[in-house]
Amino acid sequence: MSSDIPYKDKGSILRPLKSLGFFARKPVTEPFEPRPAADSYRGFHVNDWEKCIGCSTCQKVCDNAAITMVQIPGLPEDPVLGVRNERPAIDYGRCCWCGLCVDICPTGSISLTTEYVHICREDELDSYFILPDPNGMHGEHFSKGWDKTEDADLVDLQQQPMGEVEPQQRDDNFNEIVNGFTSQQAIIEASRCVQCGMCHDSCPTHMHAPEYIRAIWEGNAEEAVRQIYRSNPFSHVCGRVCTRRCETACSIGRRGDPVAIRWLKRYAMDAVSDERIRQIAAEDKVDYISGKKVAIIGAGPAGLTAAFDLVKKGHEVTVFEALDKPGGMTRYGIPEYRMPYDRLDADVEVITSLGVRIQYNTHVGQDISMRDLERDYDAVVVAIGLQQGRSTRIPGSDHKGVKKAVSLLRKITQGKSFKVPRTAVVIGGGNVAMDIARSLARLQKQQYGEVRMTVAALEDFDHFLADPEEVTESREEGIVILDSRGPKQCIIDEQGNLTGLVTLGVVSIFDADGRFAPRYDDSDEQTHQADMVIESIGQMTDVSSFGEELTERLEWNRGRLKVDENGKTSEAWLWSAGDMVFGPDVVHAVADGHRVAASIEEHLGVKQ
Amino acid sequence: MRPENYQAKNQPPSHEFELNFGPNHPGIEGNYAFRVKLNGDEVLSARADGGYLHRGFEKLMEQRLWIQNIALVPRICVPDPVPMEVCYSLAIEELGGLEVPERAQWIRVMQLEMSRLAAHLFAFGGHAATTGMYTPMFWGVADRDLILDRFEELTGGRVYSIYNIPGGVRREVPDGFLERMSSLLDYLESRLPDYDNLFFTNQVFIKRARDVGAMTQEQALKWGVTGPNLRATGLKFDVRRDDPYLVYDQIDFDIPTEPGGDALSRNLVRRSELKQSIRILRQVIERLPSIKGPIRCPIPNPLAWNVPAGESYTRVESSKGELAYYVVSTGGDKPYRVHVRGPSSMHAVQVLENLAVGCRLEDIAQIMFSLDACPPEVDR
Repeated sequence: MSSDIPYKDKGSILRPLKSLGFFARKPVTEPFEPRPAADSYRGFHVNDWEKCIGCSTCQKVCDNAAITMVQIPGLPEDPVLGVRNERPAIDYGRCCWCGLCVDICPTGSISLTTEYVHICREDELDSYFILPDPNGMHGEHFSKGWDKTEDADLVDLQQQPMGEVEPQQRDDNFNEIVNGFTSQQAIIEASRCVQCGMCHDSCPTHMHAPEYIRAIWEGNAEEAVRQIYRSNPFSHVCGRVCTRRCETACSIGRRGDPVAIRWLKRYAMDAVSDERIRQIAAEDKVDYISGKKVAIIGAGPAGLTAAFDLVKKGHEVTVFEALDKPGGMTRYGIPEYRMPYDRLDADVEVITSLGVRIQYNTHVGQDISMRDLERDYDAVVVAIGLQQGRSTRIPGSDHKGVKKAVSLLRKITQGKSFKVPRTAVVIGGGNVAMDIARSLARLQKQQYGEVRMTVAALEDFDHFLADPEEVTESREEGIVILDSRGPKQCIIDEQGNLTGLVTLGVVSIFDADGRFAPRYDDSDEQTHQADMVIESIGQMTDVSSFGEELTERLEWNRGRLKVDENGKTSEAWLWSAGDMVFGPDVVHAVADGHRVAASIEEHLGVKQ
Repeated sequence: MRPENYQAKNQPPSHEFELNFGPNHPGIEGNYAFRVKLNGDEVLSARADGGYLHRGFEKLMEQRLWIQNIALVPRICVPDPVPMEVCYSLAIEELGGLEVPERAQWIRVMQLEMSRLAAHLFAFGGHAATTGMYTPMFWGVADRDLILDRFEELTGGRVYSIYNIPGGVRREVPDGFLERMSSLLDYLESRLPDYDNLFFTNQVFIKRARDVGAMTQEQALKWGVTGPNLRATGLKFDVRRDDPYLVYDQIDFDIPTEPGGDALSRNLVRRSELKQSIRILRQVIERLPSIKGPIRCPIPNPLAWNVPAGESYTRVESSKGELAYYVVSTGGDKPYRVHVRGPSSMHAVQVLENLAVGCRLEDIAQIMFSLDACPPEVDR
């Protein structure tokens, strides 16, 4: 027998008397009165509606299906910011208070409280189904119990690092900077996604990002490409240079790094062979010919996306391109180190492989007239983008040494020779300004062995227009970036040569009504030496293609062609899409291409 | 009026009859039943009649994400839920190659022993009630409640702590917790003589429990008996010692055994284990503050977590015996198959069926409680 139990086979006759000792003791049972719960108790929920974005991740992790997302009219709903007006409601008939919803909540809005008493009265049979708000179940403001802590956070807040070529290896050539994810990195990055779909909602073309991220996570790159091609035939391009609103809206980005959706798309597209991508893209092409003809002017993302959709519907599509290569601004506006041409060609080849014919070196308005197109085709789309740079119109800006960023970028892409400046100043602070500065800096490095490049931007660094990584990488490549500098005049010496640019400190950019009206501090004047000044302050459309008579007939809105919500102009046969309608943005152009294609499809169908 | 051709059937006098013992019976743990054939009050045969608590845990687990099951597994054994969480987590950690930080391992040992204490108090309280002694039952339940208070503080939940996840534990130990735990242990230790007085050395209990439901070591091994029930047949076998997991190999404790194999021995083993668990907990309280570091290793996003394909079998010593999880993964985000080796599934079926034969009806409850069989472990 165990030694620690004073066990005896026979009891003493006096033994029952021992029980008398318990008379004076307090009973061991608990007093029946309410007791405050422990600090991290898992009681009823509270939800901070200000923080909650309605992403429904709590609903997905809930192991009892106790959470239902309920729409609350009146709460903000903004796909671009990644906010939905839905909030979780909890069925306490199902909830098991495991707190997984708290641990996985991307925003940290939901927590459990120390409140644990609820009495259901006869007339309140549904009172177990509640919509937690910041005041708790009965509005009694119990303190928080199980709350988000760093230990218990189930959201991975860190993005997989993207490898880049070192500045010394990249500053004199146009090789792509970004290395791309390895398959292991891509799977890990894809696994961070909580499938909330905020990215899908915010994307102009509503890419099926949750689906392709899931497919990448499952190791099925082909399925990812299939999902990508549901909504975007420019995915090599968008996988590299998209403005990625998806990542701004990403719910993981609320507290950490958003999922690298753009790089995942790049990974999926690069992981599948071009041949296989062409097969996947052709999977839903109809097997008949409609007999309808559509002309598209401009082989950029908008025009070619429309062509892609229409050719899959069996129409005969001809694209007229003024230049000798396709891609529009994605080729002639974006430097090769960001957007390698062979990947752009791969995107375009998918589209041409479906039967789209592109007629290069054909300038509509010169080589063929709009009238001809109106006569010969059932529908015409104008998607000629914004190819002309705007001018600052400062004194001296009409000098031949003052160039426009877009035309210079085009020259670089076309390989046309021009005198590379020893010293240059770029006016502007957007991504195009960075593109031209970095391209010229590379040429400077090649020809002169050193970079003498300054960028003067109106905005301060807190409100900078270019992406932060563009600024960092530019600096790594030896470019000086000045913020809050407004151009005053170009300096031209007595021989008529451009020698520099004078800038002033910026006081404010917009007036009280929010209109663009920069004010400068005249006492803060700087002179920047330069034998070339590049203006990069925006682009506009060259409308000469339309011809006078058609320009007269069409409706315009501040220099932009006026279209309805489907991209249709005031002419029954003419649609317009892309940058020329909405301003510069690749993925928006793709979305627009889909929109006009759908409208044309409907139009052609009606005529049958 | 009887028909004309009526002839009374000549049958020998008999006292044999069948009785449904449970599923709703104070002498049964949980919802479980026995179909007992009696001759008077002597049991001729007994058939275990389970299924009343069947909620399909094992099947359910195949339809839930790996992490969602942590909220499900503690329900398989209500009085002793922590081993379920730990054992399930260990299985996934083995499959996924996760390294559990040392601090988390000590915290797990602490919970496991807290849970063992709570379960043993519950068990002896239950056994006392089957012999008509209600004060020890109240004591067992009330003192268990004090442990649940500490569970509440540590894990946020009193009964289902849902505190262990694959990779470690979910929260850091609260400030001052170890001191409060330490004073609880002082209190529990001071209660042991009271328990002895009122129950373990009480002749009412001893006389009722002696030789009731006795089995030999050989029988025990044949029937798959583990845990305190096996140790009550004199075999010193304990998973914590014989196949150490977590940090049990760094802890001093004895493995109490008793030779009798009957209801009395089984209770005495549990009573001795109370003391050993207190001893283990004191060592944890002493060591834990000096073990720094994280309480969890990083795990993937639970909504997109493919546990590598493979199978794992992990076992721990629960208060009922050897608890094991056999988990098969095909590399998906949910288990392909989970099998739970609930120790009670042996104790409440073949062992009880065998031990009940020949005993008296009123002893069935005693035997069941002395085996500390937990029906939901049978009806997994």
